[in-house]
Amino acid sequence: MNFSILGTGMYVPDNIVTNDDMSKIVDTSDEWIRQRVGVQRRHICTTETTVELGYQAALRALENSGTKPEELDLILAATVSGDNVSPSLSCMIQRKLGATCTAYDINAACSAFLYLLETAAGYFARGKVKKVLVVGAERLSKLVDWKDRGTCVIFADGAGAAVLGKGSGYLDSTFTTRGGDTVIKIPAYAGESPFSRLEPERPFIHMEGQETFKYAVNAICSDINKLLEQNGLTPDEIKYIVPHQANKRIIDLACIRLKMPISKFYVNIQEYGNTSSASIPIALDEINRKGLLKCGDLIILTAFGAGLSNAACLIRW
Amino acid sequence: MVFEKICGIIAEKINCDASTLSEDTKFADLGIDSLDVTELVMNIEDEFGIELEVDSSLQSVGDLVKLVESKLD
Repeated sequence: MNFSILGTGMYVPDNIVTNDDMSKIVDTSDEWIRQRVGVQRRHICTTETTVELGYQAALRALENSGTKPEELDLILAATVSGDNVSPSLSCMIQRKLGATCTAYDINAACSAFLYLLETAAGYFARGKVKKVLVVGAERLSKLVDWKDRGTCVIFADGAGAAVLGKGSGYLDSTFTTRGGDTVIKIPAYAGESPFSRLEPERPFIHMEGQETFKYAVNAICSDINKLLEQNGLTPDEIKYIVPHQANKRIIDLACIRLKMPISKFYVNIQEYGNTSSASIPIALDEINRKGLLKCGDLIILTAFGAGLSNAACLIRW
Repeated sequence: MVFEKICGIIAEKINCDASTLSEDTKFADLGIDSLDVTELVMNIEDEFGIELEVDSSLQSVGDLVKLVESKLD
């Protein structure tokens, strides 16, 4: 016994920031951003909090699945850009929903949504839960250096959620960690200890673009090939690949190296930018609400990010 | 040998005549950006069966040749 996805939801702040808007903040252009990253516009918070984004996505997923907050047995959430270090995002979503179940967060950066699913699968396997809410919510606009044109044009804000129920839709998964902070790093607030002799680091997203690109493409290709092989599947049998929306160029090159058509990959980075742990559930909600999947279709979710952590899973809709 | 193979990989990627490339050829002059360079590095890794580090110091065909030769020594 594991789970099936009963419903999905997403929420992004109203404030839309175009590439032309970005070119007024840093030295960049619409053409450069489209060509290098594939983003056309992104949603950036003004007064919304990370909790609010996650709560709104959760409400929509609950409604889409016909689930009441009191029916939830577990809430798992992920963020690298929470409002508070503590209480966790999941605890605050529990409170706002009026749910009473256990709630905790998992940190696996951009791959985190898959780690939420894997953790939830363990609860279902032990028969401990009937309904689980999983949420990825990010306010990355507070973690980017708005003077660094290499990163501030990529990252954005948003949230995605799914409600899981008992079923047999979670078919297989693969998880990899290659610990290190040289490729992608977000330093924490340094504090004000009078005893600290550590050099404070600026608490912004730092990313080695080329190494990240190489790692991401290799992660997508090896994880997808692994899942196909382990399950005796051909690419034709997969309806959609839903990749973490980090950079369109990563997805394009993965397609070429996998010898799969780009139409197989669901891409929405042009609308939302890179929303880290929220990107896959946002894509999933769009796919769901557009009616692109029918019961029984196979999809692969694939993610990669800081840690370094990458993961993929095979799901029957 | 390394130079010829690398030129072949670059020519295939950007659809040009490999004989027009020299060690001094700058990627910027070929319209190759840093992510394209990364793709070239990945293709070279596959071709030579080696693992390479990629960073912004790779600016020319000669830089790539030197990097690969240092790994093959």
